[in-house]
Amino acid sequence: MNHQTSGLSLETVSISIESRPLLSNFSLHIRSGEVVTIMGPSGVGKSSLLAFVSGSLRPPFQASGRIDLNGRQLADLPIEQRRVGVIYQDDLLFAHLTIAENLAFALPSKIARRERQERVKAALVDAELPDFGPRDPATLSGGQRARISLMRALLAEPEALLLDEPFSKLDPALRDRMRAFTFERISARALPVLLVTHDPADVEGRLITLS
Amino acid sequence: MHLPLNFPSRRTILIGFTAIAVTSCSKPNPSAGALPGTWEEIMAAARGQTVRWNAWAGDPKINAYITWVAEILRSRFDIRLEHLKTDNTASGVTRLIADKTAKRTSEGSIDLMWINGENFAVAKQQGLLFGPFTDRLPNFKLVDTIGKPSTILDFTLPTLGFESPWGMAQITFFYDQARLPNPPRSLEALLAFATKRPGRFTYPAPGDFVGVTFLKQILSELCADKDALKRQVNPTEFPAMTAPLWDYLERLHPNLWRAAQAFPPDYPALMRLLEDQEVDLALAFNPAEGTTGVTAGRLPPTTRAYTLDNGTITNSHFVAIPFNSSAREGALVTANFLLSPEAQARKADPKVWGDPGVLELSRLTPKDRTLFDAILDHPSMPRPEDQARALPEPHPSWHLALSEAWRARFAA
Amino acid sequence: MTRHSGTRWWIAGQLLPLALLLPTGFGLLGVLLPTFGFHPGLNETGFSLQAINALTGDPSFGQAIWTTLISGLGGAFLSVGAAFGFCASIYHTPWFKRLRAPLSAALALPHVSFAVGFAFLLAPSGFLARLISPEISGWQQPPDFLIVGDPWALCLLIGLALKETLFLVLMIISALGQVRADAMVRTAQSYGYGPVRAFMLIIAPQIYRQIRIPISAVIASSVGSIDLALVLGPSAPPTLAVLVLNWFGDFDLELQFQAAAGASTLLLISLVAIGIWDVLERLTGQLGRLWIWSGRRSGWADIAIAAFGQSVAGLSLFASLLSVLVLLIWSFAGQWQWPEALPMSWSLSHWGSSMAAIIKLSVTTIGLACISTLLALILCLIALEARDKGGRSRPQILPLLPLLLPQASFLFGVTILWSALHWDGSVAIVIWTHLLFVGPYIYLSLHGPFQALDPRSALTARTLGKTRWATFLEVKIPLLFRPIVTAAAIGFSVSVTLYLPTLVAGAGRISTLATETLALASGGDRKTLGVIAISLTVLPFLALLASLGLSDFVATRRKGLLI
Repeated sequence: MNHQTSGLSLETVSISIESRPLLSNFSLHIRSGEVVTIMGPSGVGKSSLLAFVSGSLRPPFQASGRIDLNGRQLADLPIEQRRVGVIYQDDLLFAHLTIAENLAFALPSKIARRERQERVKAALVDAELPDFGPRDPATLSGGQRARISLMRALLAEPEALLLDEPFSKLDPALRDRMRAFTFERISARALPVLLVTHDPADVEGRLITLS
Repeated sequence: MHLPLNFPSRRTILIGFTAIAVTSCSKPNPSAGALPGTWEEIMAAARGQTVRWNAWAGDPKINAYITWVAEILRSRFDIRLEHLKTDNTASGVTRLIADKTAKRTSEGSIDLMWINGENFAVAKQQGLLFGPFTDRLPNFKLVDTIGKPSTILDFTLPTLGFESPWGMAQITFFYDQARLPNPPRSLEALLAFATKRPGRFTYPAPGDFVGVTFLKQILSELCADKDALKRQVNPTEFPAMTAPLWDYLERLHPNLWRAAQAFPPDYPALMRLLEDQEVDLALAFNPAEGTTGVTAGRLPPTTRAYTLDNGTITNSHFVAIPFNSSAREGALVTANFLLSPEAQARKADPKVWGDPGVLELSRLTPKDRTLFDAILDHPSMPRPEDQARALPEPHPSWHLALSEAWRARFAA
Repeated sequence: MTRHSGTRWWIAGQLLPLALLLPTGFGLLGVLLPTFGFHPGLNETGFSLQAINALTGDPSFGQAIWTTLISGLGGAFLSVGAAFGFCASIYHTPWFKRLRAPLSAALALPHVSFAVGFAFLLAPSGFLARLISPEISGWQQPPDFLIVGDPWALCLLIGLALKETLFLVLMIISALGQVRADAMVRTAQSYGYGPVRAFMLIIAPQIYRQIRIPISAVIASSVGSIDLALVLGPSAPPTLAVLVLNWFGDFDLELQFQAAAGASTLLLISLVAIGIWDVLERLTGQLGRLWIWSGRRSGWADIAIAAFGQSVAGLSLFASLLSVLVLLIWSFAGQWQWPEALPMSWSLSHWGSSMAAIIKLSVTTIGLACISTLLALILCLIALEARDKGGRSRPQILPLLPLLLPQASFLFGVTILWSALHWDGSVAIVIWTHLLFVGPYIYLSLHGPFQALDPRSALTARTLGKTRWATFLEVKIPLLFRPIVTAAAIGFSVSVTLYLPTLVAGAGRISTLATETLALASGGDRKTLGVIAISLTVLPFLALLASLGLSDFVATRRKGLLI
């Protein structure tokens, strides 16, 4: 077999629910910096595939197959050791923390104390919300929250990023801006990115359609 | 532990007035005149009444006996007997005091009380009792007031007909002969026993009546002036008088069960420790406690009972009728039934309760006497000579004085 | 017309707080005033500090305060820590979803039954010691170990912690439904945080608001615990709540004042304890922020709190199960002497001889529970509807007040009122007193589901011309059927297990399975005790089963019912 040492590889992945197969022998390789979109109607196993890669697939779902991320085998690792970031349609900001704390939470622990503040500040500037650090997440608009959520995921320095219908809750005007914002930020980091959606307008990069 | 001795509180003083009140005020309660004249009329008036009986409910044997009494009263006399279960007779007295303070002179919440000692002293002194009434009870004639003087002399106070004797109690020790061939028969021997077998004896925490009686027992033997115990506690003499008692306990406690860091709350809890073999020696007020345990299979058949060589404290317990009872006639019929040979014999049966009776057997008809024949002859009962060694109760004021002083020393 | 009906609803909505606060308020007055020497019932109308002096001068006071603080605060703190630790350590596993049933079952075990069973498990002559004696332990006779009833109240502390942990775990589980806990934990995990730390840093602070009231209730009930304290607590001297119970029962009128001062002290202790808790909570909050900035992903603290939570919760489940088991064994035991691990013979006679008593006690117990539960349901639903503005709001604190006070701190006070009205000891008063405790629990358990109702259902009914009352009866209540059934089971179980309220309000005249169990707890025949305690234990289980059965029945016929 041809192992890629860089990027995200799925090999012969099968997912079933209560022994009813959703996906069988699915294989895919995403190079670093590449975006792949998987499209298909709901119930086809898109989100289950993301959950399998991120490590959050739970019974009654069952899955088999290999996941290789930059040479590491992920399938048997717990979520916290995979270094796979996920963006959902909900921003999932932590309501009890300020915006700055939400961002700081994601920073890897190896970063020194003084530098943490700087990184958070830089992320806020990058999100075009420079003065929002001390704010309560509840006071932000949907678009602002989505931007913070993305910045937070990137601050954790993931090695791959999964996007689960990331724009579906935003209204059309905001949607295009957010799409542009998102892929701009991601492309700077040269990550393998897997996007699943049922909306053709969201498609980015290479397209795989499931049915 | 060397704590300053707590002086008897003002409660003791309250009892002091009691003594004066009881001896000086023997006028009948004026409302006694409201009773029908003859016993037949009383029985007729009692029909359909509900008698609420305030009685300690800490022992299922006793509760079962009271249930039996209720069944007889219902079927034979058309009286509904309700057992007001209490863990503490004093709370009944508190209720009567509250009634009195609130001027609730009729329709009271209690019609009959199980009572003796200090509770009687206070209730009598505060005018909480109806009476005298015992001369109205046909069965009172059968009571052995001479052989059992405590049936009319309750903790040194004359009952004056304000309470009707119901049963007898004598501090009795219990042990398993198979595990303890030679139980201690004196206070000195008890001390030696505890030293030799540490952790194998304890007594109920005073506050509990058996616990306080154990203190009285020691004091009765050790104090220099035995007559002082018949009188009201004198706060200035109290420390010197009780010094031998505390001295004895200081020597006993280090070798008690749990090194006296914990005590069983009452005698059923202590008997349970004997059943569980956590102790080798227990004491209770009911001489048949061991026999009932054997009969019920809780204690081994080798269980034996005895009293100390110098005798143990003996008293009677009574029923009294509150001043504001709404069912006096029913209460009288109940009190009379409790004195009947039938009820007394059943109560004395260790299979039922085992509480010694108050009747003079020679005054009973031969047929009634046969009721008593079988029941006392059990190897786990104390022998008659043990039961004959009776010590009188001290004056009621000693109860609280001792219990508070004990609490200050050993529970602070 | 609308305004008129709004006023009527407002008035109806005050019924619940009134029914609960009137006696509670009177009860507090009834202990606070005598604390300062004022007691018109006993012809004392001046004010003095005599009662307080008598209390502080009592030889048992110092030690009793100490053991009350140790057991009450220690028990509450341990159980909060254990409950969060347990949930954090098991939340992300498949076990978590299966926990609710065994937890509910263990929680349904009445405190009294738990205490009695637990005491027999642990005693040196008890079940566990018998299992290993004499062969393994070498004990020919029970060892003289001070375990149950130690003077430091540690046994009581452990008993309280074990019993309250499960309650808090269930409270946490139901609060978890209000935040997107699952997704948030996964997100934190994707940043590299271990699941335990993710839960403690992200979920615990967010649900803490909903747990605050239950925590305060746990503190108050631990500080004021009577039933557990009587069985597991120290005896010489006992805890303050038990002392207060004894003093109120004494005929010395001076002691009534001292008892009132003691009850006020209980109140004070519990308020101070809740205050201390509040400070700790803020400190922990600050600490949490530091932690978040530090970015540390895992550490020994995670392992420690997980192990602590799992062992306490595990022990709690285990002890509950074993407690029921030993009570059951006792109820069928013939002769059963040390060191036999099982009875030497078996017998049905205790059941036979107690059957009449059990039936009588059960009828009273069930009757009181049904009536108080029904009343509480009606009052709570009306109160919730009256306040309903179609949005989310937090539960009112007033109807919950009786849960936040130690029982002894106001129950004795209110008896003064009842006896002044000559109502003491009547069935109606006992029901009302039960309502004080059943009401808050039902209110708490209905509040969430009521808030979760889709306001559009009611709105639709109103636009179809239904009145508010009709909408309430015909739309909301049927939609709430399952939560109502659950709340009824909770209310029933609470009522069945009430000891002190029944004892005090019933003036000893009304015996229930709970009061009878405690009366037999310390001494008396263990076989009878086993029979009565098992009968008591069965009732909440039956209520639980009935509510599950009814819910399932409805669920199969109306799949669209979401709550």
